[in-house]
Amino acid sequence: MADQIQQLQEQVLQARSNGQALNIVGGGTKSFMGRPASPDAGTLSLTGHTGIVEYHPVELVLTVRAGTPLKDIETALAEHGQCLHFEPPRFGDGSTIGGILACNLSGPARPWSGSVRDQVLGVRLLNGKGEHLRFGGQVLKNVAGYDVSRLQAGAMGTLGVITEISLKVMPKPATTVTLMQDMALDEVIHYMNQRAGEPKPITGACWVDGKVYLRLAGAHSAVEATAEKWSGEVMAQGDQFWQQVRDQQHDFFKDSAAPLWRFSVGSAAAMPALEGPWLLDWAGAQRWYRGEATLSDLEPLARAAGGQVSLFRGGDRTGEVMHAQPEPLKTIQRRVKNSFDPDGLFNPGRLYSWL
Amino acid sequence: MTDKSTISREQLADTFRQFIDPAFVISDDETMRPYECDGLAMYREQPMLVVLPETVAHVQRVMCICHEHNIPVVARGAGTGLCAGAMPHKDGVVLSLARFDRILEIDPLARTARLQPGVRNLAISEEAAQYGLYYGPDPSSQIACSIGGNVAENAGGVHCLKYGLTVHNILSVEMITAEGDRVTLGSDGLDSGGMDLLALITGSEGLLGVVTEVKVKLLPKPEVAQVIIAGFDSIEKAGDAVGGIISHGIIPGGLEMMDSHAIIATDDFCHAGYPREAKALLLCEVDGTEEEVQQHISEAEAVFRKLGATSIRTSQSEEERALLWKGRKSAFPAVGRISPDYYCMDGTIPRRHLARVLLEMEKMSEESGLRVANVFHAGDGNLHPLILFDANVPGELESAEAFGSRILELCVEVGGCITGEHGVGVEKIRQMAVQFNDNELQQFHDIKAAFDPTGMLNPGKGVPTLRFCQEYRSIEHKQHKHEQVDASHG
Repeated sequence: MADQIQQLQEQVLQARSNGQALNIVGGGTKSFMGRPASPDAGTLSLTGHTGIVEYHPVELVLTVRAGTPLKDIETALAEHGQCLHFEPPRFGDGSTIGGILACNLSGPARPWSGSVRDQVLGVRLLNGKGEHLRFGGQVLKNVAGYDVSRLQAGAMGTLGVITEISLKVMPKPATTVTLMQDMALDEVIHYMNQRAGEPKPITGACWVDGKVYLRLAGAHSAVEATAEKWSGEVMAQGDQFWQQVRDQQHDFFKDSAAPLWRFSVGSAAAMPALEGPWLLDWAGAQRWYRGEATLSDLEPLARAAGGQVSLFRGGDRTGEVMHAQPEPLKTIQRRVKNSFDPDGLFNPGRLYSWL
Repeated sequence: MTDKSTISREQLADTFRQFIDPAFVISDDETMRPYECDGLAMYREQPMLVVLPETVAHVQRVMCICHEHNIPVVARGAGTGLCAGAMPHKDGVVLSLARFDRILEIDPLARTARLQPGVRNLAISEEAAQYGLYYGPDPSSQIACSIGGNVAENAGGVHCLKYGLTVHNILSVEMITAEGDRVTLGSDGLDSGGMDLLALITGSEGLLGVVTEVKVKLLPKPEVAQVIIAGFDSIEKAGDAVGGIISHGIIPGGLEMMDSHAIIATDDFCHAGYPREAKALLLCEVDGTEEEVQQHISEAEAVFRKLGATSIRTSQSEEERALLWKGRKSAFPAVGRISPDYYCMDGTIPRRHLARVLLEMEKMSEESGLRVANVFHAGDGNLHPLILFDANVPGELESAEAFGSRILELCVEVGGCITGEHGVGVEKIRQMAVQFNDNELQQFHDIKAAFDPTGMLNPGKGVPTLRFCQEYRSIEHKQHKHEQVDASHG
């Protein structure tokens, strides 16, 4: 547990005066994401900048330094029966909260419990001028100034060095039950969306290998009553299944060397005409596909389903890996980047080749 | 016109009338009058022109023309905002989206609604009800306020702790940029690649673009909702009871608090049967499945009893639930009845400081000679102190404003913020200098410039100039310090 803000600030100022770019690194578990880190850039490590700054269980608010490992956070929350209910995935032991926010990663509960982006209340960050700035705060409702905190979600560190994060936390559900049943892919999208439209305590809807999995979580009485009404067999190892989907440890993610594509689309949209192994999560709003393809081939399919596609893992990462942006939005994002990081110090080319 | 603008009022009006029905290009003083202010009528300005386009293409043309001639543009929804965010610019155009009032599509399976920006908040839930769905955020003005305005202010309501704010309940917006480009932020998916510009736009008070379409998420209507009202003989005990409920693991759909002034005023107004002797009243609504609500209601009652509630009443029917809420929901008109004018504040605080903040507010009330009634979104820490005054008494408006400023600065002091859901606009622009330092404010200006390089969108709102801040901090703040020192000496 240490506050290294001074060292981090000095490193940024040093890099600025040397004109040297910086790759911002936490636990290093997500180096496979985005475009490759620039080989010419130095490294700015957040792993020493750790610790819980403030935690008031009754306020449902936690403030932590960005390099804090997820497992430390979850241990502290569990002592008070609370959790990060956006279920951050971990792709390795050292996964830090800063990396989760920068990559905007959330687990199976996301459609019901919100994403890390939804739960972030405030950040402190070092901008490219080495200024340590504070945005948002530690309260659930706050509309003073632009929402710079949520802007960091998915920006992959291109706007600054996130040093501290305040998050909304929630009570752990009292009971969890997973229902499993056989279902074909052409029926499951309708089924999952229909279930998600019922006022029941659903917190997971996933399909893989010809089976649909629904998770119920919340008050004991509500979960039990719903499990009785809904079809499907109660799964003994339910929690393990969701953890494997969350952390990409399920066989679907492990079995093949083919590139992993992520479709973020309308939950009820028809399946793209694409043969190959699929895993559907988020009641259909997040669809994983394994197969050789190019981004430009897949983009029209994602657009037809109301959303976007990205190359999540593997494949050729030297080109773009994120869905193409229209020209006016490219211009705005370049200018936004420039407003935070005028010298282009942070994670150059990691998100887009042009950023 | 600003210094650089190159066109007169009549020339501009004529230009607009070439493609917009002349009845909807307003340039005479009398017809422009209703557009002088939003819901915060103490700030007024007459615009150069008011224009009400009917199509997105027309909005785009208006934006291009204003951009070309360097004319400020203030977008306006239903005009219910409470921070003078939609107050016109004297040399600018008010761009009203009032004619964009159609619900374009509801997709019951995907649980989404595609809306024009002028659709009223409540109309969404009314239309979605046939599918057992509703739209989550429910600001008090929901009968009148528009979804476009909700996006501009990141509107909340009484159910935010459980169901979130506007930013959590929208999927995408279509907007016209300052430079006249038509772009979509977000998608039908739950996230999009790259920077989250959708989050940045939400709550940006019309400073970054003009929203022309919104796609929102709809939620399944809970099977049951029941409300408990619990009276307490002190604010501290009621505050502890809020913590008690949350520590118990219950997240209520709504959790509201009122102080004794608000209890009496609202009970007089709508005879809800509130415990009039209570010093604080909690309204705790639990929603969900029948089994869940039954379980949580009995647990919540037990928590309140244990933590010293002097009275507990739980709604036994939908009618009773509506009645118990009616008092809280009519807090503003109820207070309006006991005072010629009132000024509604909107700070947020960490809940653990509630007792301290209310106590200090009472002190300020004595010092200023103005009464204050408090309604409080207790679940999320959002305070709405209502300062009672009479604008016809010379000096009272100024006293009310000064009192309000002190409340907001107190909110910042205890780790909260100057506005939870009403926005900064013109009203709270001074307090931005207390909430943020110069580097942070400069970062906001730089973000603004990324979207709006010439500064034509809603200029003078939201973010103060740095020179203004330095002056405010040095003058006003020094005065406060002196007052505080005097008070502590006294």
